[in-house]
Amino acid sequence: MVDTKVTLCGITLDNPVIPASGTFGYGYEFAELYDINCLGTFSFKGTTREPRFGNETPRIAECPSGMLNSVGLQNPGVEKVISEELPKLAKVFNKPVMANVSGFSIDDYVYTTELLAAQDQVGWLEINISCPNVHGGGMSFGTDPCMAADVVKAVRMTTDKPLIIKLSPNVTDIAGIAKACEEAGADGISLINTLMGMRISLRSRKPILANTTGGYSGPAVLPVSLRMVYQVYDAVSIPVVGMGGISTAEDVLEMMMAGATAVEVGAANLTEPFASKKIIEDLPRVMEKYGITSLADIVGQAH
Amino acid sequence: MVTQMKQGVFTITENTALTPTTYRMRLEGDTGAVTAPGQFIDIKLDGHFLRRPISVNDVILPSSEGGCDGTVTVIYKVLGAGTEEMTEFAPGKKLDVLTGLGNGYDLSDAGDHPLLIGGGVGIPPLYLAARRLIGQGTDVSVILGFNSSEEMYYVDEFEKLGCRVTVATADGSAGIKGFVTDAFRALAAECGVSCTGSDPDTEYTRFTHFYTCGPEPMLKAVFREVYKEAGIKGQMSFEERMGCGFGACMGCSIKTAGGYKRICKDGPVLRTEEILW
Repeated sequence: MVDTKVTLCGITLDNPVIPASGTFGYGYEFAELYDINCLGTFSFKGTTREPRFGNETPRIAECPSGMLNSVGLQNPGVEKVISEELPKLAKVFNKPVMANVSGFSIDDYVYTTELLAAQDQVGWLEINISCPNVHGGGMSFGTDPCMAADVVKAVRMTTDKPLIIKLSPNVTDIAGIAKACEEAGADGISLINTLMGMRISLRSRKPILANTTGGYSGPAVLPVSLRMVYQVYDAVSIPVVGMGGISTAEDVLEMMMAGATAVEVGAANLTEPFASKKIIEDLPRVMEKYGITSLADIVGQAH
Repeated sequence: MVTQMKQGVFTITENTALTPTTYRMRLEGDTGAVTAPGQFIDIKLDGHFLRRPISVNDVILPSSEGGCDGTVTVIYKVLGAGTEEMTEFAPGKKLDVLTGLGNGYDLSDAGDHPLLIGGGVGIPPLYLAARRLIGQGTDVSVILGFNSSEEMYYVDEFEKLGCRVTVATADGSAGIKGFVTDAFRALAAECGVSCTGSDPDTEYTRFTHFYTCGPEPMLKAVFREVYKEAGIKGQMSFEERMGCGFGACMGCSIKTAGGYKRICKDGPVLRTEEILW
């Protein structure tokens, strides 16, 4: 009997599989398909202070082994998330959920984090300082160590719940930014958000995405995310949540060996609605195949 | 309408060209999730990351209409690498398909004289709507728009159902020369409906409701002339680039009078009253 349990910032998960923010809504779309209590947890749709429609469409473009999205943080705003989405979620999910927070100013982050952290359902706060699809905020915090640290310090004042900072891969020194977040009081680091990319329509001779650029995700980015998780694991002593291109149980093991305590599954949920469930079901068999008795043992073993 | 998506393996039983760029594919499998005309299915293709969303043209349900498995028919236009590869698929090939996606048309609002307006690749979903509306005992009029006579398909099929069919071609090579809205004006005149909107006392009693699907410029023209000017309410099926197809990624959202809607999950069919044009 293999042990798939891992502990992330003091909270034990039945398994390390966490559907990533923006690919799982607020949970209940998937709850119509399967019992989502099989998940370790999930990170809900990036939530901002005010409601947001996001970018104009088209917001999606296909790529080799992946996709671009430029959704731009569409969400109903933190008040509605608390009054409408979380009560709906409570009916189908009985584990602590990961609340994903985005903002355009430090005040925004503080405001939204404080409200969400006060919800009993919320186990962790994942602070997204890395969205590539919003202008004048988001990623600019995640591309500079000092600004990243400023966000972390500010949200740290609002809660004792675990703060996991979600980093952008679109930087020159991922380890330096992770280190700055740790020193500012982060409890964990999650990475990678999507890689900035674009596609052009040969018919119209213009960018396919209305936003011109979007974030690249899917199996194609797995080598990039593994490399960055590996580097960040070396740089910090807080837990790392690894994501980027994970679509199989084998990918989960590889990401954990790179240094991830838990993993997030993103784009795979969108093309295979049962992907996260299947990965969880496959884990024991794949662990046995590679002689692994406890998943917690393999974290960082590639180092 | 609440829909319950299903994932299943379907076997191709037919894949034939209707025109040089339009193909019909019949797929055998569990069609139980297909509940309304205007819904779509999402087909996984080897070597492509995203599925291909294609509207349902017709369906035979598993139990109510006989047999263990049902059949779902789609008509697709060759637009890119994925649909190009689909044309090579032979009967017997198995495909991973999501079914029961989207809200579909609500036929309970049809009234006695529904009007169906389809343009090009938007025609397929209207066929199942027509078949069911005829089954409801309504008097169905259909306007089909094409670029030219070479691109025409399914005119006979609609006629065989018992619909009154009017064809419009942009180049005038068949039917009325012009767009579906030109055909609408001709048909309305024939039916005694004034469509100029200039006479406030005119009663638009002939067409009770309309259902449409087609390219966006056509939808805008239909919205303006049939809804705004002739005052007939209807349901319009929209197209947008999709990520997941089942409401998770927010890739296909649009603004409506009723708030933000996901074309894949809250649509693809919207009512004229909610469209912000």
